[in-house]
Amino acid sequence: MPGPTEAAAPAAGLSLDLRAIGLARSVRGGRREILQSVDLIVAPGEQVAIVGASGAGKTSLLQIAAGALQADSGALRLGGESFWQLPPSGRQRVRRALFLAPQVPPLPPRQRVVTAVLAARLPSLGFWRGLSSLLFPLDLGAVQAALEPFGMAGRIFDRVDRLSGGERQRVGLARALVAPARIWLLDEPLAALDPVHGEQVLGLLCAEARRRGVTLIVSLHQAELAQRHFSRLVGLRAGRLAFDQGPDSIREAQWTALYDVPPHHGAAASTGAA
Amino acid sequence: MIPAARPEQPATGVPLRATGMPLHDPAARQRWASLVLGAVLLWPLLAATEFSPWKIFEPRSLHASARFLAGFFPPATEAGFLGNVALGAWQTIAIATSGTVLALFLAVPLALCATANLSISSLGGRMAPLPFAVRQGLRGAMVALRTVPELVWALLLVRVVGLGPTAGVLAIGLTYGGMLGKVYAEILESVDSHAARTLLANGSGRLQAFAHGLLPEAAPELTSYTVYRWECAIRSSVVLGFVGAGGLGQEMDNAVKMLAGGEVMTMLIVFVALVAGADGLSAWLRRVMQ
Amino acid sequence: MIAARWPLLLTGIALAIVVAASFWTLDLHLGALLAPASLAAMGRYAAEFLAPDLSPAFLARLAGAALETLAMSVLGTVIAAVLAAALCLPAARFAGRPPARWRVPARLLFNVLRAIPELVWASLLLVAAGLGPMSGTLALALHTAGVFGRLFAEAFENAPQGPAQALRVQGNRESLVLLYATLPQLGPQLLSYVLYRWENNIRAAAILGVVGAGGLGQMLAFHLGLFQNGRAATVIGAMVLLVYGVDLASYAIRRTMVRMH
Repeated sequence: MPGPTEAAAPAAGLSLDLRAIGLARSVRGGRREILQSVDLIVAPGEQVAIVGASGAGKTSLLQIAAGALQADSGALRLGGESFWQLPPSGRQRVRRALFLAPQVPPLPPRQRVVTAVLAARLPSLGFWRGLSSLLFPLDLGAVQAALEPFGMAGRIFDRVDRLSGGERQRVGLARALVAPARIWLLDEPLAALDPVHGEQVLGLLCAEARRRGVTLIVSLHQAELAQRHFSRLVGLRAGRLAFDQGPDSIREAQWTALYDVPPHHGAAASTGAA
Repeated sequence: MIPAARPEQPATGVPLRATGMPLHDPAARQRWASLVLGAVLLWPLLAATEFSPWKIFEPRSLHASARFLAGFFPPATEAGFLGNVALGAWQTIAIATSGTVLALFLAVPLALCATANLSISSLGGRMAPLPFAVRQGLRGAMVALRTVPELVWALLLVRVVGLGPTAGVLAIGLTYGGMLGKVYAEILESVDSHAARTLLANGSGRLQAFAHGLLPEAAPELTSYTVYRWECAIRSSVVLGFVGAGGLGQEMDNAVKMLAGGEVMTMLIVFVALVAGADGLSAWLRRVMQ
Repeated sequence: MIAARWPLLLTGIALAIVVAASFWTLDLHLGALLAPASLAAMGRYAAEFLAPDLSPAFLARLAGAALETLAMSVLGTVIAAVLAAALCLPAARFAGRPPARWRVPARLLFNVLRAIPELVWASLLLVAAGLGPMSGTLALALHTAGVFGRLFAEAFENAPQGPAQALRVQGNRESLVLLYATLPQLGPQLLSYVLYRWENNIRAAAILGVVGAGGLGQMLAFHLGLFQNGRAATVIGAMVLLVYGVDLASYAIRRTMVRMH
């Protein structure tokens, strides 16, 4: 059922189909494999957590899933359509149904919270409404309703650079609630939050996603949180799929292996993205 | 640059109304006012500049422009004409070079007299009032030379010395004399003056103090700026040609007045190549001189 | 030691040759200028300028021309900024779109716009836009768009890309990405580029009229042509004042901006 923040009732969640994804980057001394033959198939409305150590490739995988990065090998299908084979206009159309929350909240420092949140709604506004909303924000009610569950409603007219790191992260996540998206891809959404608030926010995001029927894919390095809130966990280890199953069926040994990464990967990880 | 995140602060800002009705944007009123102000200022701007772009698309002027533009392709390449263009291009370079040299004759003495680092009276502390006044006066003279646009100088000079390159050379000489003089004086003041002042204190003449004390340090910057100005002079001399000061500019002016699109196109290409060449040459010269 | 200075020596010799050739081929007769008779003539000519016309009617017309020049400089600069920003948009970098396709043509366009001086643009535009300040405004706009294009493109590429990429992931058009993500981060820097350029453009606007593009320049050419040197002197004075005023205004605005942020 549509809530106060939604522009219009979205169709059911978008499905994601990643097959044999490979990504490599040139580094000093050769090529480093960031992802190797990763498969990930997510049904519409499903909720998946991607877990792994930093440097395992979680961020790259999410960016590839969002069409923000083109993999060196493999195929990406969103909503059944082969993304990279669409014409540019088709790709833009599919993109409007996506929402990616990067690890660092993408908020311009001097912008006000209200505008930064409304920016997520731009795909469903035309150019002129987008332009006018920049000066005179439309639909303040929707922004307020989106910030409310994150406890940020009172800061709606403050500038982003007056917020703390945790507050900025919450604003970044609140953007999901106004976006006309059918799939949410959240990269380490709890990175700047303390454990208590983090658990609250995660629960909130999962509940909202379920209520709207949007597909939810979250990358986390907090294993216990992932186990408690998600019924499907995908483990990434050094760019490869380690497991893809329900939390109860994962053995202790698999968890230890996940975070026990070979030295060169850990070292390289400190220079690159996760 | 994103400032470091601050520690958690209590929520500030406008409290929610009990009914949960949408809030009023506190910045809205100010933005409306700015928008209205902008519109109010825009109207006279458009009126004063007789800004009416639709006139360009009226049939008669559109026809004229289309014909003019069509004439640009192909560019004129007839041998006699190309010879004239080459001559004009050389004349432009010559005007720029001679103008810059004349400017040096003006700028170097002015700068030497105006720079505080060659002041004897300031060796013991503050500069004495008369030398200070003289230096400020010279600075003022240089500013005055710069402030009148070189095109205006050229317009005036054309009526005194007649059409042709002389007016251009003099115009560049005067304005660039002021520009170079001011910057030279500043460069001389920005270098370490210890050596120069020691020389002055020991009784050597100002020129010697300059040659041995300031010049070695300042030479790279001085030459670099001069070469840069020479490059600007090439562009200036083309512009000055439009008021009769010779060179490529005068030829271009004639061609435009005759609506000879092909000739204009060739000259534009030559001009752009000339400027690019001067730019490259000046960059190379500056590197060699380092 | 000499060997190390070869390039310098050669350059010096080449320079001397070019300088000598320049003076020689131009046939300047500078000596003749310094002859007493011609100096006297120049003196008399200069003296005519020392009697500026300050009558109210003339000053009123002068004010009108000054406002016209000011308007040309402001409008031309603003149009240039919008045009340059718009032309930078297709060259933005994002997954799946080759930036090189638009980068090179855009850079070429900006270079061409920049390379041609405002006065040359003005004389070309007179054909399309007729005599008057509109040609001057458009000439300024075109040339300045080339200048801004290079500055803006660099600024856009060097700005932190996080907010912009997040909007692009959602399939937003580049113009909205610019407005919501890039400009909020670059606003003050771009504004200071624009204000600096305004100082240059008021000087350019003042003289564009000499070829017929309106403003003080057109008045100057007019009165010089009629040998009304007293009035010409006043016009020149007005030009200097106008330029000084704009320099002050630009400085003041930039100071206020720094204090506000």
